[in-house]
Amino acid sequence: MSRKIYMILSVLLIAAFAISACAPQATAAPDRPAATDAPAQPAATDAPVATEAPTEKVTITWWHISTADEHKAVWQKMADDYMAAHPNVNIEITVLENEAFKTKLTTVMQSGEPPDIFQSWGGGVMNEYANAGLLKDITADLDADGGAWRNTFAPGALGVYAYKGENYGVPWDMGMIGFWYNKELFAKAGIAAPPTTWTELLEDVKALKAAGITPIALGEGDKWPGMHMWAYLVTRLGGKANFEGALLRTGSFTDAPFVEAGNKLQELIALEPFQDGFLGATYGDEATAMGNGKAAMELMGQWAPAVEKDNSEDKKGIGDNLGWFPFPMVEGGAGDPGDAVGGGNGFAIGKNASPEAIDFVKYLTTAGAQQALVKINVAIPVVKGGEVGMSDPLMITLQQSLAQAKYFQLYYDQALPPAMGSVINDSVQGIFAGTLTPEQAAQAIEDAAKQELK
Amino acid sequence: MQSLPAIPNILKLKKGTGSPRNFRDNLIIFLFLLPAIILFLLFVVYPIFQSIYYSLFNWKGFGPAVDFVGLENFKNIIKDKVFLIALRNGFLIIALSLFVQLPLSLMLAVLVGRDLPGRVFFRMIFFMPYVLSEVIAALMWLFILNPDPERGFINAILILLPGVKAQAWLGNTDIVLISVFAALTWKYFGYHMLLFLTGLQNIPQEVEEAGRIDGANTFQNFFYITLPLLASTIRTSVYISVLGSLQQFILVWIMTKGGPVNASETMATYMYRFGFVRFQLGYGSAVAIYMFLICLVFSLFYQRLTRQPDYLTGI
Repeated sequence: MSRKIYMILSVLLIAAFAISACAPQATAAPDRPAATDAPAQPAATDAPVATEAPTEKVTITWWHISTADEHKAVWQKMADDYMAAHPNVNIEITVLENEAFKTKLTTVMQSGEPPDIFQSWGGGVMNEYANAGLLKDITADLDADGGAWRNTFAPGALGVYAYKGENYGVPWDMGMIGFWYNKELFAKAGIAAPPTTWTELLEDVKALKAAGITPIALGEGDKWPGMHMWAYLVTRLGGKANFEGALLRTGSFTDAPFVEAGNKLQELIALEPFQDGFLGATYGDEATAMGNGKAAMELMGQWAPAVEKDNSEDKKGIGDNLGWFPFPMVEGGAGDPGDAVGGGNGFAIGKNASPEAIDFVKYLTTAGAQQALVKINVAIPVVKGGEVGMSDPLMITLQQSLAQAKYFQLYYDQALPPAMGSVINDSVQGIFAGTLTPEQAAQAIEDAAKQELK
Repeated sequence: MQSLPAIPNILKLKKGTGSPRNFRDNLIIFLFLLPAIILFLLFVVYPIFQSIYYSLFNWKGFGPAVDFVGLENFKNIIKDKVFLIALRNGFLIIALSLFVQLPLSLMLAVLVGRDLPGRVFFRMIFFMPYVLSEVIAALMWLFILNPDPERGFINAILILLPGVKAQAWLGNTDIVLISVFAALTWKYFGYHMLLFLTGLQNIPQEVEEAGRIDGANTFQNFFYITLPLLASTIRTSVYISVLGSLQQFILVWIMTKGGPVNASETMATYMYRFGFVRFQLGYGSAVAIYMFLICLVFSLFYQRLTRQPDYLTGI
């Protein structure tokens, strides 16, 4: 009797062994070959999908970071409408908060399983993914029918999503960073007009402080909000030639404008213009302070009004009291006062995306879809005809400033490789905290550049 | 003490070899262990070797690792000031845990272990933070420590006191580590309290009673009887606490991301930053190897140091 039990147990265990021994091979094996093969022969893997797909049910995975209620609802409606028109398509949406998105995306990318459609800012990070064969080249789709899709886009915006001449994504928004300010608080401090020079900005900060108002809201715990301030100073001081020199390695990130930007930033920091605890605050805290009328200005991109609204207590923000002015010119700087630092939002296409996913992205970037976004003020349109119905005066001002910019600088933390972007963010935070001198920060960035920009 | 003579017998049984009966026993033991061993090898041992392999490369985490750099990553890590800050913070958290968190837990365990009225209620309350997920605990503390007195609970109370100003608990490089440690203590003291409670329950009442009859006061009773008899529990607690401190990640990452300017960096957040934010997985793997070695050395050293078998000190 007992012998039989032993026998059965042994057989079971051997079976368990066999199964568990098989499992690792099944999971571990495709990991590496897939990643190595994909870039080499993309055509071979694409072809069968294209022929089989239309007859079958297709699921599209879509990750976006538009957490504001109104915006989220617009995306959801577009997905619902598309699914209604294409019953064989099922769209699975994952909404993620900005920082959480970056983390989660990195993880799925490293396991080689990107979502079909996901938020992207183009530039260095996207290039990294494209280089690893994790994205789908959609150049052919853009050029189909004599470039019918391609020609709808503003070329500059589309270019941000191209790497070595091939497009791996498309934009749905392109804007610039500038100062959003609270007109009421400016008036209270006796400031007649928004500042146009760095010196005026410093004077206004002093006036606001004297009136007991927090001049600038800043979420420096997230690092990138403060980094933009430094980047803008570099752009104003050095202009196009300076940054391109450093990027192409004919110059260096220790060149005068990069250091001088740190010095200028220190002038501002010395006035203590930020809310208490700004070093540990998040961008959410920054938007909350602005939305609740607790701070007079913030330096932020075109999405700021929507986020301020969503983060404010009454979900209305500061309404008509909100104003916008471009980053002031810096006296003696080589950059043109009209030069813009900015960027936008777009969708990158994962390597496993089906033709339906690409078709859906096409739908997301139609003029009609753009108008829906414009209507709720969450995007500066990049598609011709998208600007119809653009009524918000601030957005129009911002769009015009952008159109007039002679030189457009994509956000540093997106234009450069991720390792460098991260070093810039960390180093500039060091300037804000007073633990790094402008020279040390510039040196740290240059050290990273030596590694990354070979 | 009665269990002592039984031990040599067990050893003898183990040594007896050769009989078919024992061979079959061993085979069965082996077969039963097999699934666990396979899983262990697969999910613990294999990744360790994989990390060692990747730590020798300059690798971004996508595709195969090709840029072999030898021990370059390891050299750069110990030269990096931020890693040294992370290391220092790790040891600071260990010190604070051992000298603040554990004594506090022990004190509470003694309190709620006695015939205190409502002790079951307090036990439950004290243990509750441990049941919460780390993410929720971190978010809660983010709210509690908010620098704006209108939003942060602690600052709201502080400004009611005369002459006290609101503090940027997580935005000030001097106090951020203490703030994080407060959250850590709040989260884990209940767990250690529970360990101590179990330890206390294993101490026979008679021993303490005998002490009392012999004229020992409460403090003497505690320091000369209770504490020595708790030694094995304390050893476990210290061990868990040290390893937990060295690997602390979730709470720190959510509350401060290791900031501001690395003031609350731990080895785990440092590793994560390189592996998943900067896309330098080779470098991150090398950090992981350092963490592994530090934990391993501590474990071996600690076990040697406290090798005295439990049955000689405990009852």
